[in-house]
Amino acid sequence: MSLAQVQQLVADEASLADDRPASAGRLQRLCRAAARALPATGVSINLSVDDRTPVTVAASHPATVQLEALQFTLGEGPFLDAHATRQPVLVADLRSAGRSRWPIYSPAVQDYGVRALFAFPLGVGGARLGAMAVYREEVGALSDLALDQAMSFAEAATTGLLDAQLAPREPDLVVHDALDGRYEVFQAQGMVMVQLGVPPLVAMARMRARAFTRSQRLSDLADDVLAGRLVFEPDEP
Amino acid sequence: MSMVPAERLAEVLVEVADTLVDEFDLIEFLGMVAGHTTEIVRIQGAGVLLADRHGRLQLMAASDERARTLELFQLQADEGPCHDCYQRGEPVIDADLEEAGDLWPSFAPWAVAAGFRSVHAFPLRLRQTVIGALNLFGTEVGHLSPAEVRIVQALADIATIGLLQERAIHRGEVLTEQLQAALNSRVVVEQAKGVLAQIHGVSMDDAFEMLRSYARSHQELLGRVAQAVTEDPTSIPDLTTRPPD
Repeated sequence: MSLAQVQQLVADEASLADDRPASAGRLQRLCRAAARALPATGVSINLSVDDRTPVTVAASHPATVQLEALQFTLGEGPFLDAHATRQPVLVADLRSAGRSRWPIYSPAVQDYGVRALFAFPLGVGGARLGAMAVYREEVGALSDLALDQAMSFAEAATTGLLDAQLAPREPDLVVHDALDGRYEVFQAQGMVMVQLGVPPLVAMARMRARAFTRSQRLSDLADDVLAGRLVFEPDEP
Repeated sequence: MSMVPAERLAEVLVEVADTLVDEFDLIEFLGMVAGHTTEIVRIQGAGVLLADRHGRLQLMAASDERARTLELFQLQADEGPCHDCYQRGEPVIDADLEEAGDLWPSFAPWAVAAGFRSVHAFPLRLRQTVIGALNLFGTEVGHLSPAEVRIVQALADIATIGLLQERAIHRGEVLTEQLQAALNSRVVVEQAKGVLAQIHGVSMDDAFEMLRSYARSHQELLGRVAQAVTEDPTSIPDLTTRPPD
């Protein structure tokens, strides 16, 4: 399927009442159109912060946003692999292929009912942006046709993100959408950096580790840090 | 003029294709196209002109110094086969310079005096977009055979596709980097707020105010200050040291 055909599917996708304005809304419609076409249970477009932390710009369903939050919390998963290697990550059966690759993420995402997942890097030339994620509740590989479509959707997503850079005011929208609900995590990261006397990446890693032991989402742990309910002490694990 | 053997032609095409897909250097690539063209149609000079952002033709490459001078003269005189070709998006074939005094009153006599008799110009064009021209200069009155015309236009087409692709990629890379930078710098500001909030025991809003007024009073960008707070706090002790209670 060509880029033009995919863009037509996106244009034809109905907008919903609480869609974001302008290009952000288009990216949401792109995710829904992709979920319809491939088909998939969920599709999301994610950018990376610090080359490591995925943030979701748009998703086909609210539940998909929660799936992405898993990678945000755990710091492992297909997004990071696809983004780092710039190669698609194709996992047709999480039960067999997932565990060794993502020992913590794999069982966690299966708890949400996901059985297969695919991640497609977004970027142009040498520059990397992030990845588009595709989730399915059935085991099975993407057909050649679906794979081709997914690549075209990823290309359309990249184009959509970059077009937003050119329109006035829209770049701020994309950044806002990507970070919405995440600001607290980065603020908490700053606090933990001081509490432990460590650089940003180490602080984030320690927060993730603590969230894991407390079975908490990273964003909830961040709220505890911000409220002063949780203080990181040096020399504590 | 006689054609070069098929094997050599094949080698040239492979070399052009390789250059397009590997590390791409614009000037080197166009120099190669100009050089190969003279070899393939056994003509004395070739040059490549590209239009800049304002639609003005600029010399990008030439097969040798004489061709370079000819091209520069065309540009200076603002007339010549390359201009006509670029304006119309159509090739100029088999133009006899001695007969072209009316057409190019400055360029034609000058080129003849420089020892040239024939010129041809091929548009660098993809559908509706014309980005420049590939020019050939001969010392004899020459006729390009239909086969030669097709081959040179094919080389020009390959060059055009490669150039447009390269431009699109470059533009995309720049935009990608902009988006990534905007995202990262916003995150750094949030992290810096957290750092200052923790050090001074203030709210996030107050921390942001501290960042902002420091940036203002030191004529620094907010993002730059935030970066220093998160990456190198000892560099701005005024901000990152808690005053004694």
